[in-house]
Amino acid sequence: MNSASILTAEAPNAAASAGLAPEPKVVARNVDVHYGEKHALKAVSVDIPARAVTAFIGPSGCGKSTFLRCINRMNDTISTCRVTGEITIDGQDIYDPRLDVVLLRARVGMVFQKPNPFPKTIYENVAYGPRLHGLASGKAELDEIVERSLRRASLWEEAKDRLGESGTGLSGGQQQRLCIARAIAVSPEVILMDEPCSALDPIATAKIEELIDELRTNFTIVIVTHSMQQAARVSQRTAFFHLGTLVEEGATDQIFTNPRDRRTQDYITGRFG
Amino acid sequence: MTQHTVRAYDEELGTLSSKINQMGGIAEAMLVDAVDALAKHDVTKARSVIERDAQLDSIQHDIEELAVLIIARRQPMANDLRHIMGTIRIASDIERIGDLVKNIAKRVTVIEERFLGVRSVTGIQHMTHLVLGQVKAVLDSFAQNNPDLARHVWLHDGEVDTLNNSLFRELLTYMMEDPRAITFSTHLLFIAKNIERAGDHATNIAETVFFIETGEQLSGPRPKGDSSVFAVSGKDA
Repeated sequence: MNSASILTAEAPNAAASAGLAPEPKVVARNVDVHYGEKHALKAVSVDIPARAVTAFIGPSGCGKSTFLRCINRMNDTISTCRVTGEITIDGQDIYDPRLDVVLLRARVGMVFQKPNPFPKTIYENVAYGPRLHGLASGKAELDEIVERSLRRASLWEEAKDRLGESGTGLSGGQQQRLCIARAIAVSPEVILMDEPCSALDPIATAKIEELIDELRTNFTIVIVTHSMQQAARVSQRTAFFHLGTLVEEGATDQIFTNPRDRRTQDYITGRFG
Repeated sequence: MTQHTVRAYDEELGTLSSKINQMGGIAEAMLVDAVDALAKHDVTKARSVIERDAQLDSIQHDIEELAVLIIARRQPMANDLRHIMGTIRIASDIERIGDLVKNIAKRVTVIEERFLGVRSVTGIQHMTHLVLGQVKAVLDSFAQNNPDLARHVWLHDGEVDTLNNSLFRELLTYMMEDPRAITFSTHLLFIAKNIERAGDHATNIAETVFFIETGEQLSGPRPKGDSSVFAVSGKDA
């Protein structure tokens, strides 16, 4: 089973240590999504670079979350949803029928809009995934993974003395960082974030943004956000979606100062009707 | 341009632009009057030019305050952001033009009338005419969101430089011929230099307008000084 893992964590790290320019981590080609009769996403093709933050922006219903959910096959859970086209991670087709979806979702972690910790202790929230996937050989190793994950999520100092308390007792911002710790505990390669700060206050938001900036040295991050300022602050690449199509994708600095497409400009400057 | 969803945002940006136009109008009139005061040795008119400079300072102040307020309030992006940043720069260039013109007017108030009538004053009037054309065109390019017109202004700065150079030589000769004219001629030299620098600010504004409209910097070869005279006049012809 382990050898069947078609998404290996080692490959990109090897490339990084060899000092090579990062290959695109996730490559989408002509991705179409239908929800029943509704054509939600039309021929989306995009390269998502490794170890960088890519932001998806666009008005509600533009397809950005739908596309995000294609990357870890979350749309599989919707019975009317049909995905066509090709999405590869490190060159391997994630819609290959032989692929283990559970393993894929361990490789492609997700953080949602509302913090959704398990109704368990802080420790268990983080330990759950590694234990499920058999990543730790004993208690000591599991402890180490929990501590490392909480540290990476900038939650360790606040949580180390209350690991046995319920995760739901934390503040909203802390809960979201707990969810990020939970996502990174299984050593994913890609982290998908669907409006991770929309339920948080500005200070908690700033902490998550700081965290995202630190995490990008190790992870490929894709973030959907309604806050243009957030996209401009945290991402290196930005993709603008409108009415199910990918209108424009480029360096974040360029998108927010000098977009090429009129629709992008109208959206980011607040001119959309 | 499509309107913003928030109408007050459009109004704020409109106010910024109209204040630039207002500053531009004042600076143009000041330059016309300053050189007119020189030609006619009208000290009263020169003093009125000096007084009007304060208006430019005050409007520039308003523009900066409003621009900062809009940035804080709206977090502008893309062309809006370029427009606001550009407006701050243009206001500063016009304010500098005002300072230069004010300096011309001050010189008019101390100049000795008996030397007036030399050909150099005609040269200065001619330079002023060119610079006024540049300033007017560049302000039009801003008001009309016209990057091509801005580029045109940017490319035609050489004529003013050339005139300034020939005026410089002429005044040197004049000073050698009649040492009593040295003070007067030196004032004229500074006046000519001020007008030429006002023209430089017009080209700065042209660069800013081009950047606002296109998001790109103006680049490429640009005619400068004497060497440009044939190329420029050839193009104009």
